[in-house]
Amino acid sequence: MDRVERPLSPHLQVYRPQITSILSILHRLTGLALSVGALVLAYWLVVLATGPVAYAQAAAILSSVWLKICYAGWSFCFFYHLANGVRHLFWDVGWGFEPSQIQTSGWFVLVVASMATTVFSVSVIL
Amino acid sequence: MSLVTPLNRVLGLGSAKDGIEHWWAQRLSAIALTMLGLWLVFAFIGLADLRYDTVVNWLQAPSSSILMILTLLTLGYHSQLGVQIVIEDYVHASGLKVSALILTTFVHFGIVVAGVFAVLKVALGATG
Repeated sequence: MDRVERPLSPHLQVYRPQITSILSILHRLTGLALSVGALVLAYWLVVLATGPVAYAQAAAILSSVWLKICYAGWSFCFFYHLANGVRHLFWDVGWGFEPSQIQTSGWFVLVVASMATTVFSVSVIL
Repeated sequence: MSLVTPLNRVLGLGSAKDGIEHWWAQRLSAIALTMLGLWLVFAFIGLADLRYDTVVNWLQAPSSSILMILTLLTLGYHSQLGVQIVIEDYVHASGLKVSALILTTFVHFGIVVAGVFAVLKVALGATG
């Protein structure tokens, strides 16, 4: 029997983007990006353990402009995932579930993550 | 008459294969990572530069080695749990799903073992 290709829920195209849905998607995306970042952290530690020559060679690549842009991106992913993760932990114990609180905490998380990213990027990455 | 076995009924899982272990492990590792992650951030801020000698000196301090190993173990575990959920949610072809789950498990074990071994080698002073 032929399967009919019916539309599947959730029908994302009929929903207006809202801060709740955008931040939820962003939490997953930043988490995935940080998983890739863990590879770079491990690589950095391994070349450090290999010795000064290997470290110097790797440092030439690791300090390139393109990777510095990546570090700034990863630092936003980290601070966003951290702040929004704490927001999730508060929800897990039942705090902050009123729609107005969810909106406020969402914007708060975005502001905190942006500020922390700016400070970290200026003080460490540049 | 119920066809559910007494064991299944007492476990109360229905058709699910396990209970709240995954959810709980993700929260537990998240709580640990709020502290370990901030430690790593402040460690990077505290380092004057990222030259070989500077980083080795820093990582050889027992507090740094211990916290770095804890960070690697916890973030590897948390990342594995998170990527697993994403794969289970969005990859529906069963062959591809199982392959992706196997691959992500291997990669995560690789990251953690490589990272922990590297920290131990530096901390125990076995580098040239």
